[in-house]
Amino acid sequence: MATITLKVNRQAHTLECASTTLLVEALREHLRLTGTHVGCDTSQCGACTVHVNGKSVKSCTMLVAEADGAEITTIEGLAQGGELHPMQAAFREHHGLQCGFCTPGMIMSATDLCKRSPDPSEHEVRHWLEGNLCRCTGYHNIVKAVRAGAAGMRGGK
Amino acid sequence: MTNEGFGAPVRRKEDRRFLLGKGNYVDDMVLPHQTYAVFVRSMYAHAKIARIDSAAAKAVPGVVAVFTGEDIAADGLGGLPCGWLIKNKDGSNMAEPAHPALAQGKVRHVGDPVAMVIATSKAAARAAAGLVDISYDVLPAIGLLADAIKPGAPVVHDEAPNNLSYDWHIGDEAATEAAFKKAAHIVELDLTNNRLAPNAIEPRAAIGDYNAASDHYTLYTTSQNPHVIRLLMGAFTLHVPEHKIRVVAPDVGGGFGSKIFHYAEELLVTWGSRKVGLPVKWTSDRSEAFMSDAHGRDHISHARLALDASGKFLALRVHTLANLGAYLSTFGSSVPTYLYATLLSGPYDLPAIYAEVKAAFTNTVPVDAYRGAGRPEAAYLLERLVDKAARQLGIDRIEIRRKNFIRTDQFPYQTAVALQYDIGDYHATLDLALEQNDRAGYDKRKAASAARGKLRGFGISTYIEACGIAPSAIAGALGARAGLYEAANVRVNPTGSVTVFTGTHSHGQGHETTFAQIVAEKLGMPVDNVDVVHGDTDRILFGMGTYGSRSAAVGGSALMKALDKIIDKGKKIAAHLLEASPGDIEFKDGTYRVAGTDRVKAFGEIAFTAYVPHNYPIETLEPGLEESAYYDPKNFTFPGGCHLVEVEVDPDTGVVDVVDVSIADDVGTIINPMIVDGQAHGGLAQGIGQALYEEVRYDGEGQLTNGSYMDYCMPRAADLPSFKVGNHVTACTHNPIGVKGVGECGAIGVPPAVINAVIDALTPLGVTDISMPATPEKVWRAIQAAKAAQAATKGA
Repeated sequence: MATITLKVNRQAHTLECASTTLLVEALREHLRLTGTHVGCDTSQCGACTVHVNGKSVKSCTMLVAEADGAEITTIEGLAQGGELHPMQAAFREHHGLQCGFCTPGMIMSATDLCKRSPDPSEHEVRHWLEGNLCRCTGYHNIVKAVRAGAAGMRGGK
Repeated sequence: MTNEGFGAPVRRKEDRRFLLGKGNYVDDMVLPHQTYAVFVRSMYAHAKIARIDSAAAKAVPGVVAVFTGEDIAADGLGGLPCGWLIKNKDGSNMAEPAHPALAQGKVRHVGDPVAMVIATSKAAARAAAGLVDISYDVLPAIGLLADAIKPGAPVVHDEAPNNLSYDWHIGDEAATEAAFKKAAHIVELDLTNNRLAPNAIEPRAAIGDYNAASDHYTLYTTSQNPHVIRLLMGAFTLHVPEHKIRVVAPDVGGGFGSKIFHYAEELLVTWGSRKVGLPVKWTSDRSEAFMSDAHGRDHISHARLALDASGKFLALRVHTLANLGAYLSTFGSSVPTYLYATLLSGPYDLPAIYAEVKAAFTNTVPVDAYRGAGRPEAAYLLERLVDKAARQLGIDRIEIRRKNFIRTDQFPYQTAVALQYDIGDYHATLDLALEQNDRAGYDKRKAASAARGKLRGFGISTYIEACGIAPSAIAGALGARAGLYEAANVRVNPTGSVTVFTGTHSHGQGHETTFAQIVAEKLGMPVDNVDVVHGDTDRILFGMGTYGSRSAAVGGSALMKALDKIIDKGKKIAAHLLEASPGDIEFKDGTYRVAGTDRVKAFGEIAFTAYVPHNYPIETLEPGLEESAYYDPKNFTFPGGCHLVEVEVDPDTGVVDVVDVSIADDVGTIINPMIVDGQAHGGLAQGIGQALYEEVRYDGEGQLTNGSYMDYCMPRAADLPSFKVGNHVTACTHNPIGVKGVGECGAIGVPPAVINAVIDALTPLGVTDISMPATPEKVWRAIQAAKAAQAATKGA
């Protein structure tokens, strides 16, 4: 067993868990933050994407022990005061989600992209999202939503 | 009030919970004291089980139980049933061997479940699963469809010594042969339709929860049709009366057909919960999904088209060998027959058709409905064949289609393969698609591609599908073992808001919004006043679920009927309050009015009166305002359209880029255009995936060789362009909304358009055929082979 201290969505947690525990398991099973999803077992689908110290990471690729001391943001931590984050709002406005299962990972990945590249081109968005699989939308509206979300983030909205 | 009824792109009501990470998928649920199931699955495609020793597994701390085939046999669990009986040509029944939930002495595909380990932690269950010691006597196996019917092939089931479940046919063979005899041209083509894995991003999951005090079972499962699962468990597998079973399908992360079927795991966790006295949860991982979710497609076909001298189609003859996998899945038998061969007329006036379908068992995962289900196979065959006919006869690809389309004055059109199309306008969708594609600018684009060293190709497909499944009497006459109506209940609450209970299930389609829009359209209230409940057999009266693009056409129609009953009852209440005759009351935009007067009552006032009946016709009318309706469709619906694709092929690497997708569909009346377009986008991605990227591969011994996302190529964002999607509406003539269905169009129409475009691009090099998926390797090899053949011709 290992003792892990980390901040998740601005709240400090100390976890006692097996040293083999993945970050995604710690989030879903220990902290009951089930917005972070698991869609594969080979780190391909990206449904488990969260931010670790501000950067998007597939939380199935990382032991929680490696996140000791880190600041984690999950999909549950993105909206503030009941208001959707601009990226979340853009996904709704542009119908960037259908079944909703890949959506948290898409949004966490997209918000990281827009921090690095505040006005990404369609080409840039499509290539950035190569680590996130969606089976419902054909990506068409996700791409639209990410570019609109980027505009929203630039506007500080 | 802003219009939120038909045609309004209302933003989805369900989105907020998904966007906030507050969805409630099965794997998110935790029941008190839940245990974890892990399945031990066969690593062999075909083997006898000599011995199972669970002692070491049972000794792992935390293990609660290990169950094998003997345990379920001792408890009398039934085999997983097939819902559609197909008759052979000679009238006899299809071979229908048992499909046990845990192997009974023999395994028949890699992934076939042999044992279920239940433990107090997932880790303990996994560790113990690895210690279940199974001795197998490995048998020769059939991994590839074509091998199933070879002489001396291994036999998958003793009940089917030739490995065929059925040898079925449809159409008029004599008329077809007569037409071929007088044909000026005959065009032939061999085709394979590649095997696909549906790959909803949410893996399947199930939690069984038996309550000993009430002797009731609850199953939480990733299902598209919870009532169907309850029915099958009650009648066939668990053998428990339905009133003691509750099936809940909460938020479900995509289905595409793969979550229709009754699977072993959901039965076993429900039964297992009774055995161990604790809730039992199972969540598939992706590798497990590849070897246990039903796959789709997998046909080998030979097709012949007869034409007269002018290029008019005279007859079509098709022979198809379809893969059923190792067992008959819930609807596996219906897919290569009534969902496939009945669509072989396409949008064409085709006087004679004859199709034979042999359906074979192989040592592979069962094959069943996947987005489109039979209809993509039909469209692919026909549209490849029509393109070949155009090339062979020297007729323009667009013109040959126009020449053979069913004209608008021919509807209702009786096809040669049983269906009667009610309405459509195939010229209109073709014209719209061409306009969106900017056909006139093609030569300039082709030249620009050439300047970059790329070969540009243009591909077309004009397709039709049958949706709105299904008129029960017709389906029953064809072998369906269930009715295919839909149910809806409308509960108007005393303060005027509405709760809708629907037997359909939304797993991405947005029913919580579109069904609320149906209420908005009918009752003139905002969608925010409407809640739509689905996915719980204890809350919803009944339903057959969501598949075959049926939800709006059948479930929406049931809702319309229930709303009509609400409106009618409201008229009686309004008539009483307004001291008028019910026949003089009209209802519009949420208001009851004595016709031709300004005497009105708002809908909310009527609702309140129904529940507070102080001034009420209580002698003749019951209080309350709640109505249910069942709707059985009169016919299938027939969406159709035109899909145009432009590709660029890199002749050096064989890489195909899809650079333009312009489609025009006719899906009937559109309730929410934003959602309709989204459904088209998703279908297109899966269709392009089939054409270029995806294929489940087995080797000759039945080993699954690409069962993970490392190996199975899923389309990614960078693999696809943005899509140009248009709609031309002809309203369905026989349902109250006029809707036809949109869920599957993209996956049906686009694969042949992509392949036709690739062949068009490669025609100058001498390539005449390419199979799906057109991977870079396949395209590159085809280019090399064509070059070699041309060089040989020149040399000679």
